[in-house]
Amino acid sequence: MIGALQTAARLHAAALADVQSALDPAADQAQAIDGIWHLMLWVCVPMYLLVMAALAFVVWRARRQRRERGDVATASEGSLYNGLGIWVVVVMLGLTVLTTASYLVDRKLIPAQDAQVKIRITAKQWWWQVEYLNDDPSQQFMTANELHLPLAQKTHVELRSDDVIHSFWVPNLSGKRDMIPGRVNQIELTPRRAGKYRGTCAEFCGLQHAKMSLLVYVDEEKNFASWRSAQLGAAPSPGSEVLEHGKRYFETTTCAMCHTINGTTAHSLAGPDLTHLASRSTIAAGALPLNAGSLAAWLSDPQRQKPGTNMPTIDIEPDDLNALVAYLLSLK
Amino acid sequence: MCLRFRHPDYRALLALLLASLALVGCERERREYSTQPLPETTPATIAVSSLRPGGAATFAADPRGSHYQRNAYDINQGERMFRWFNCNGCHGSGGGDIGPALMDAQWRYGGSIDQIVASIVQGRPDGMPAFGGKIPPQQIWQLAAYVRALSGNVPKDAAPSRSDTISNTPPLTRMPEQPPASEPARHP
Amino acid sequence: MATRKPQPAPDVPQHFSDGSDELARTWADAPGFWGWLTTVDHKRIGRRYICTGMVFFVLAGILALAMRTQLARPENGLMGPDRYNQLFSMHGTTMMFLFAVPIMEAVAVYVVPLMCGTRNIAFPRLNAFSYWVYLFGGVMIWIAFAMNVGPETGWFSYVPLANSDYSPGKRTDFWAQMITFTEVAALAVAVELVATILKTRAPGMTLARMPLFLWSMLITSFMVIFAMPSVMLASTFLITDRLVGTHFYNPADGGDALLWQHLFWFFGHPEVYIIFVPALGMISSIVETFSRRAVFAHTAMVLALVTTGFFAFGLWVHHMFATGLPALGNSFYTAASMVIAIPSAVQVFSWLATIGTGKPKFATPLLFVLGFFAIFVLGGLTGVMLASVPLDLQVHDTYFVVAHFHYVLIGGAVFPLFGAFYYWFPKFTGRRLSETAGKWNFWLFFIGFNVTFFPMHYLGLIGMPRRVYTYPVDMGWDLWNLIATIGAYLIAISALVFVVNVVRALRSGEPAGDNPWDAPSLEWATASPPPAYNFAAIPRVDSATPLWSDNDLPALSGLRSDRREILLTTATDADPQITWGLPKPSSWPLWSAIALTVLFIWSIFSPWGVVWGAIPLAVALTIWFWPSPDDRGLISEKSR
Repeated sequence: MIGALQTAARLHAAALADVQSALDPAADQAQAIDGIWHLMLWVCVPMYLLVMAALAFVVWRARRQRRERGDVATASEGSLYNGLGIWVVVVMLGLTVLTTASYLVDRKLIPAQDAQVKIRITAKQWWWQVEYLNDDPSQQFMTANELHLPLAQKTHVELRSDDVIHSFWVPNLSGKRDMIPGRVNQIELTPRRAGKYRGTCAEFCGLQHAKMSLLVYVDEEKNFASWRSAQLGAAPSPGSEVLEHGKRYFETTTCAMCHTINGTTAHSLAGPDLTHLASRSTIAAGALPLNAGSLAAWLSDPQRQKPGTNMPTIDIEPDDLNALVAYLLSLK
Repeated sequence: MCLRFRHPDYRALLALLLASLALVGCERERREYSTQPLPETTPATIAVSSLRPGGAATFAADPRGSHYQRNAYDINQGERMFRWFNCNGCHGSGGGDIGPALMDAQWRYGGSIDQIVASIVQGRPDGMPAFGGKIPPQQIWQLAAYVRALSGNVPKDAAPSRSDTISNTPPLTRMPEQPPASEPARHP
Repeated sequence: MATRKPQPAPDVPQHFSDGSDELARTWADAPGFWGWLTTVDHKRIGRRYICTGMVFFVLAGILALAMRTQLARPENGLMGPDRYNQLFSMHGTTMMFLFAVPIMEAVAVYVVPLMCGTRNIAFPRLNAFSYWVYLFGGVMIWIAFAMNVGPETGWFSYVPLANSDYSPGKRTDFWAQMITFTEVAALAVAVELVATILKTRAPGMTLARMPLFLWSMLITSFMVIFAMPSVMLASTFLITDRLVGTHFYNPADGGDALLWQHLFWFFGHPEVYIIFVPALGMISSIVETFSRRAVFAHTAMVLALVTTGFFAFGLWVHHMFATGLPALGNSFYTAASMVIAIPSAVQVFSWLATIGTGKPKFATPLLFVLGFFAIFVLGGLTGVMLASVPLDLQVHDTYFVVAHFHYVLIGGAVFPLFGAFYYWFPKFTGRRLSETAGKWNFWLFFIGFNVTFFPMHYLGLIGMPRRVYTYPVDMGWDLWNLIATIGAYLIAISALVFVVNVVRALRSGEPAGDNPWDAPSLEWATASPPPAYNFAAIPRVDSATPLWSDNDLPALSGLRSDRREILLTTATDADPQITWGLPKPSSWPLWSAIALTVLFIWSIFSPWGVVWGAIPLAVALTIWFWPSPDDRGLISEKSR
């Protein structure tokens, strides 16, 4: 029993500092929302305790009554009406406070239009296409399933969807915003604490809604700049025969039908951009960590890892698989 | 209360209901994300023409074809890949452009599902690329099933109605059935 | 089943259940199975409605157990995503469309005519028809589910996911058509209830003296009439999009994905109040009876019910706060969603005041009401939290919302429903349920419920989204999910206790008299269970608590015994107006329901189903409504 409580406490503490928690705000937006969450607790918990105390009092008092059925003392009726009036006023005041606070916080979430970093995320079943926008087209690049944000700067995120309704939600940074086909939504993020955070799709979008996550790294300014310039470049050319084998396999078989690797002949936009796959920490939209073992498992049978995903199971020979895995892991 | 009646008619009614609704499920609704345990294949040899010496004009169709073109999930996946792999670039949305129309009864290289699979795998003269080795076999079957749906040759309850794009064909649930004409169309 | 007719208690006046043989013959059904099929007796139909609703409750509960078992551990392999998606869609759909609304209407179908002091519900054949349509729709969707053609896009089935592009096959079509079935049934019952409550109340039962349960059913019925057409429109557009390629929800061709959400939630939010408001009426009945006094501030209670019914229609956008609608619009719905807490607060105060100034008897029905207070108030407060746009943006579509709506639905509707079952069971069956088993039922349910759903608040805040078939190992969610699953099994045990209690009571329970709880309303003035004609003579009331006056309840004579007759009274003051004939048992509601079922199911597969299926339906309806001298309404001028 004590052991269970200790485990619960430890898990609780770990979860509080978790990478996907609304209770651990790391950005202006989540901080503002956390403020209203605490106000709500301060108003609603005492209100609940008040009602429960009244209930307990009423039950205790009534057990001691000696009244007969239907016998009502009119004097107490009068004071009860006064009580009802006071109660309604108290409730209205409480609700007014909460509503006003809610309006004020809501205003803080409205995106200003002066963000330094602009990103466009297009949600697809069941991954995230991420484009870093820029007025200079040569400075634009595309990646997938992972975001890097500069610390203490505003990032404006444009949210679109290519198929069904998804929802972009990184609880440590902000509330969620739906991504609706036919509409363009926006959200602004101003992170205040560097680190790794996890987001997830928050609108049921089909078979693999459960495994549609993305990682968000908040970097110091210089780390962000070096990440960005690395992403702008083409994929590194293969430095060994095995890697060359892998690249050739990628370009000449099924992979190129859906994926892009800049610097090769593969340029399809149907699936995630893999140019700098090895610079990311997960594959399959957060479903698996990026390492040789899980990559091999994913490539040999994606349907087993994420049933229903749009990447088909392909018959790959073991030599080709090894070469492909090695090549993909070289794409830093 | 409600447990009062165990009259035989009650159970007969229920049995009849169950039996009649056995028609609605099964083949159309099965979702096969990948074939188990071995990966799907495409038929090794397909006859493009239905003519045979000795007169008999029939050839055995691959049994998988009938499964794919009756399955709603496979036809739907075929529709998505038709967009992703840019079949629209030559075939329009089935109405044809620089490639032939896929919505009618005229087929130069045969219009049964196996023959369509063969056309996608092998490529065809005058512009159809060979996708064998590029598109996995299960997906080729799915594409062929969708192409069959474009000419109304799939069961209407398995066909999708419209995609979430600008409308360009009649809804496939209302497409009149156009079985492939027995003679291949002649080149102009 | 009930083998002995229970003996009424000796001190209750006999006359309301002591009708003549001729009266009994006039109101009797045909014998045997044919009588069961053709009955138009609101009590028999109400009982089967309740039974069917509870069967769906148990079925949906089993689905919930399966879901919780899958989620007890991370990356659990009990079922894959396709099965899980069908499970949660069926759970929500069954609970909302096949259990929650129908069971409230079912209890009303049984109790309302008795509480009005009349002999049958208005439009009795429509009542029978509505039950068959409901049954056939529910059976259809469950058979579809068993055949792997069940709904898979959630109980509110957002487009474009529910469009044919992303939901291939007939799964969503069955779901959309099931909605049509249940909406037809619900609308039919709503219309009957409005007519019954407004026109057939006992003389002297002015609106001011009308019990709060009748008020709540009147308001609920109006809400049904205004809300259901919206979802029928939405589901019809979805059916035509999927069947014949219309573009209502196609953003690429002039449609809008949000159109679905507006149409659905314009129905969907009143829907939860349609489930909740009858429960408010049940609580008033129970609180009044068990506190031995009339409910405090009766007028304020009526106004609270009416304002709840109105405001319920002005809140729906709070389900759409994350969709990117303009902020000013969202703020309006924040205010509206907060405001609706006020009438509920008034009601809670009033009930507590009633209990506190009465002489309460803490039997099982009152226990469930106390459970309602503890659970519903918490759910209402998390609702206030969700009303705030910024906070909703964090917890929308997470387990926080799952916790919230289970607190308000189970606390606010299911607990009062169970209280109502324990309260009215003696009236329905003539037997008493065991109090000991009732207390076990209550405590297991209360504890199990809180163990299941309280941790979900926390799970939502630490990032667990809704509708996920599994979750990763290292998120810190494992322990709370396991606890929730254990609670779910406790709830299952409590349901089992209830079923055992009911079965034992039916077989060998203590016989109940006419009025075992010493309750004030009219349904307790006649036998338990009531005879087919309800009351041998129509009672006259002169207070809001007619059975608590010191004198015997007066009755009116003059209704004929040789044909089925009721007394119509004026809507506000319940002055006797005219006698009205009601129809005899008929099989045409059943044939019409079967014809309608054929039409609906055929139209899932082909639009021609609407055309050809309309022919047998037209024939059945024509025969049903063909005027016959037997069931002509107007017979004679008012009689006293």
